Amino acid sequence: MKAKFLVPLFLFLGLAGFLAFGLTLNPREVPSPLIDKPAPAFSLARVDDPAQQFSLADMRGKVWLLNVWASWCVACRQEHPVLVDLARRNLVPVVGLNYKEVRGDGQLDARGMALDAETGLAVERARRWLGEHGNPYTLSVLDIDGRVGIDFGVYGVPETFLIDGNGKIRYKHIGPITPENLQQVILPKVEEVRRAG
Amino acid sequence: MPADRISLHPRALRVLARVGALAAMLWLAPAQAVDAPPAGEIAPTVAADPRLEADVQELAHKLRCLVCQNQSIAESNAPLALDLRNQVREQLAAGRSKQDVIDYLVARYGDFVLYEPPLKGITLLLWGGPSALLLAGIGWLAYRVRRRAVESAALTALSEAEHARAQALLAGGAPGDAPQSSANRESRS
Repeated sequence: MKAKFLVPLFLFLGLAGFLAFGLTLNPREVPSPLIDKPAPAFSLARVDDPAQQFSLADMRGKVWLLNVWASWCVACRQEHPVLVDLARRNLVPVVGLNYKEVRGDGQLDARGMALDAETGLAVERARRWLGEHGNPYTLSVLDIDGRVGIDFGVYGVPETFLIDGNGKIRYKHIGPITPENLQQVILPKVEEVRRAG
Repeated sequence: MPADRISLHPRALRVLARVGALAAMLWLAPAQAVDAPPAGEIAPTVAADPRLEADVQELAHKLRCLVCQNQSIAESNAPLALDLRNQVREQLAAGRSKQDVIDYLVARYGDFVLYEPPLKGITLLLWGGPSALLLAGIGWLAYRVRRRAVESAALTALSEAEHARAQALLAGGAPGDAPQSSANRESRS
């Protein structure tokens, strides 16, 4: 009872501990409920040939990454060299999901634009961007209205999903991938998933 | 006695400060890491049927915007919030129930999209915490009040000797008592 005056100190230390722990968390990273669930099926037009469709089933049996990107996304520019490097090393196929290329760009007014015109513009913009920055993708598909994005629980760009041979989402990376993320988390996960399945 | 009464307040303040700090912890967010699509001024679409639109709005107020996390998708004008509102509107218009729409979004974004988190094991503390704190506070207060009553009773109760002297003083004071009482007065001052 003599040490009663220390009680506030301990309360403070406890609180400081909680706050310090809170600082290490990123509240913007919302864990995905889709981990270990089948990836939502989709079929979308390809950037290299919009007349052709690419669907989830085309990747059956392969372990691959689905990377959500857009030419208006600034953080994608930061992550892009990492993907280009990954493609050069030929470690895992990366499919690009081009997310709302036209209507997602705040500097552009896409209201009232016909879908055909919008698709044409999206293809043009996406190709130009890949031409400028390098194309690390096996192929990219166009998610013009962001619906497939919603199905995947995308709430910001970039995001990256690791999908296994059975079409299950095994891991989700939110935000730009850094070389450290790639080496220490994503590539080991790819290996793990390959060994498991 | 007064000192004891005042001592209640700093403790209450500390509890308040702790609750406040915990609340602050919930929204103090490190810098944004993900590039949200830039907010474009897109005209909000509205369902033609006012009843349907009312349902859409009601539901939209219960769903959190993933980009600007302290707003519902009804309040936010982030492109994603707009998309999600459109999804809600479309699905309700297609005849799906509100619960269907909620399940649809929870399956994609998790419980985080719900402003009212569901009651389950992991959220017990969240739901029960405030009442537990309140009950603990009331219990502690009751304990203090009872203890103070006991202590003050012990302090104010007069022993038999004190009682006798008080009687004597009140009665005018017998000569024999005078030196003793004056000595007593000095020792008290």
